[in-house]
Amino acid sequence: MLKMQSDEKNLTVFLTGELDHHKCSEIRKQIDARAEQERPALLKLDFEDVRFMDSSGVGLVMGRYRQMSLLGGRLQVVNVPENISRVFRLSGLERLGVM
Amino acid sequence: MNIQNEMKLSFESRSINEGFARSAVAAFVMSLDPTVSELSDIKTAVSEAVTNVIVHAYGDASGTVYIHAQITDTGRVIIRIRDKGCGIENVPRAMEPLFTTGGEDRAGLGFAVMQSFMDKVSVRSKEGKGTTVTLEKAIIRRGRNDSRR
Repeated sequence: MLKMQSDEKNLTVFLTGELDHHKCSEIRKQIDARAEQERPALLKLDFEDVRFMDSSGVGLVMGRYRQMSLLGGRLQVVNVPENISRVFRLSGLERLGVM
Repeated sequence: MNIQNEMKLSFESRSINEGFARSAVAAFVMSLDPTVSELSDIKTAVSEAVTNVIVHAYGDASGTVYIHAQITDTGRVIIRIRDKGCGIENVPRAMEPLFTTGGEDRAGLGFAVMQSFMDKVSVRSKEGKGTTVTLEKAIIRRGRNDSRR
């Protein structure tokens, strides 16, 4: 079960474990459903407890960035561990200003 | 350069097996005593290649993913990930960063990650027959007194 926490304006999603294509397909729908329901000003994806990530994790962030743009909110990626930051650096996601 | 050790693995192209595939290859490579970073690079590259097979080669159909991993006496790891799926129409284009046919939640970075994390990546593909991706990486040998990361 995906841990999510909301306050007045923000929705924070605590990602855990191994973020691959399999896992991302599962959690994507849960995040989108909650964001559509709550329409937060800021969606925060917390990567602190992510042990492994391939480019599917980048896809997850890109997809949520698009979704938040449609909903009129912002996206922020926080607490990225050093061992998975290389995949993010390769993606050029920093240029979107979400990191 | 001689082959010192090898293993073969085949499994169904279900996304749940992506974790199994990268963990199995990582366990095989452990005999070379890789650093955490080298092991993470290999796991990530294998995960990308296997995901490509599941998402693109077989798509909605089901098929078998074949992995053949070898370790050479020079400390090199050679990993072949093979499928009998649809094949890639245009390999250079498929390898371009951000190119994807996989829908909006695919980043199009699979081959870019493989190329960045491994020393060598080669792709052989035939439309309607399948694809073989070969990943190679030298594991740096360290003396016994080296500190481990």
